[in-house]
Amino acid sequence: MLTNNLYNLCGLLLFGMGLFALFACSHLLRKILAVNIMSSGVFLVLIATAYRPLGAGEIDPVPHAMVLTGIVVSVSVTALALILACRVQETSNHSLSQSERNTNDGDSEE
Amino acid sequence: MTIFNSSAWIVAPIIIPLIGGLLCFLWRRDTFFIALFISLANLLSVTTLLRQFLLFGPLRYRMGGWEAPLGIALRLHGPALLMLLMTAVSGIGITLYARGYFSFRISALKHNNRHEQQERFFWPLWLMLWTALNALFLSGDIFNLYVTLELVSVSAAALAALSGKPASQIAAFRYLLVSLLGSLSYLLGVVFVYKTYGILDLEMLRQIATPGPGLQMALTLMTLGLLLKTALFPLHFWLPPAHANALAPVSAILSGLVVKGSFFILFTLWFEIFASSITANALDLIGLLGAGAVIWGSLQAIRQQRLKLLVTYSTVAQLGYLFIAFPLTATENISQEVWTAVTFMVMAHSFAKTAMFMAAGTIFLQVGHDRIRDLAGIRKSLPITSFAYAIAGVNLIGLPPSGGFIGKWLLLTAALTSGQWHWSLVIIAGSLLASVYVFRVVSRLFLTPDEAIIQECRPHSPLQEWPALFLAIIALLLGLIAPYFSLILETTEIVANLAPGGGL
Repeated sequence: MLTNNLYNLCGLLLFGMGLFALFACSHLLRKILAVNIMSSGVFLVLIATAYRPLGAGEIDPVPHAMVLTGIVVSVSVTALALILACRVQETSNHSLSQSERNTNDGDSEE
Repeated sequence: MTIFNSSAWIVAPIIIPLIGGLLCFLWRRDTFFIALFISLANLLSVTTLLRQFLLFGPLRYRMGGWEAPLGIALRLHGPALLMLLMTAVSGIGITLYARGYFSFRISALKHNNRHEQQERFFWPLWLMLWTALNALFLSGDIFNLYVTLELVSVSAAALAALSGKPASQIAAFRYLLVSLLGSLSYLLGVVFVYKTYGILDLEMLRQIATPGPGLQMALTLMTLGLLLKTALFPLHFWLPPAHANALAPVSAILSGLVVKGSFFILFTLWFEIFASSITANALDLIGLLGAGAVIWGSLQAIRQQRLKLLVTYSTVAQLGYLFIAFPLTATENISQEVWTAVTFMVMAHSFAKTAMFMAAGTIFLQVGHDRIRDLAGIRKSLPITSFAYAIAGVNLIGLPPSGGFIGKWLLLTAALTSGQWHWSLVIIAGSLLASVYVFRVVSRLFLTPDEAIIQECRPHSPLQEWPALFLAIIALLLGLIAPYFSLILETTEIVANLAPGGGL
């Protein structure tokens, strides 16, 4: 039970760290990495859900199916985000770190 | 007519656009005709589902005969059916308009290679997005809802980036990140639900869900994620740049359909599945944010100098109305009315906003800019488009007999009968503000000052103007067929058993 909770806490910690980095870092690549860390955190919690105490029967297969689906989604979304980040850099002649301020709208998140 | 009674029809709205998207991607020629054929086939399948629904009541289907938890469950209930119908009708309009829009841009001498490329990528992405939306409305378990949410965000972000302008690239990137953050928060909520109950199926969850700390945590996370994706004030910061910088058909899709997907999930979770665990404080908080969205969005819309940004901020404001409905459901005996009101607001806004973005796109292409100041007398050169814009505006203000009027009327009645009259003030104030930002543009379009030079418009296909008018008129007449919608929404019990599926 202790190990299980450790996994849960680690997962939530990763989620929180990713969330912090997503807002704190302005570099586009770092933002993509932050989202990836967040999803790893969620997957870790999900995997820990499959845990059953020794002798209490087989482990639960459903979270594994969910994590596999989630990884596939996460990989494809990361690919799209990377392509978009490259396009941002190519078209805007800005370094990736500056591009955040280059939107033409009045109420950005800053 | 046994073929129309097969339970496998529920899969058709997902499979048909998927096949179409793949064909468009592989074929690359005559893609418009593929898309048109697909949108008509989709309408046929949704109509068949409507017929089955009226005969047999809500439907359930297990893909490939696999049972939960490993199988994929689909279900069709009243609200989902109306959302499917809305997407099918708006989709046909968008498909036709996109053809007119792209062929006009390709016929222009400048950059026509780039425009051809944009059109080539538009069709597969649009049909994929359509697939994802239909799947979202039909999904029967909370994990598949996550997958469909992600599919919607991926295709929507790619569509938003299609225009190729630097501003749209940045907006699309940010849009993708925000969508991902929303989806991940939702997924973490799903994990908590699974930890607490060990099931994912919506129907089973509705039966066993009881208030508790696990469910509170899950609901908070899922709600935050979905609110971010639905762009409820103050989480709307990503919406204006993403919607305003996209191509006109894409803006229509994003504002008219995509935000409705996450709202649909949120509403189902709050009022169908976990209704027993929702506290009055949470409802009031959401209502307050909705009121903020109505006021703030309308004020921003009034301030804007560019037509497209004005229409975008009006989306922020109109989404607010959907959330004002939340606290009104607290009274037991009127919740059915609130359901009807929300469905009406969603449908009317979808049709009207799609039409408005199409009209704004046509004006932009013909005049070459969308500065509201300089739009005087456009009616002379683009009468149908100006008319479509005005009718869509009537919907946003909520004048009878439009769908927006019925929605607001039902909300007002609910607010007064439940004794929460303060919400009715916001609804009325929002309508007044909406009339300001609608008439600000409409008066420009229709009044021609003497000294104005009327530009001759370039020749264009009727597809560029008529779809907007068609959708705007549907939104206007929605109020006249209101009783049928209530009938569909009130069918919650299974009337008769459907013949077992013939396999797929």
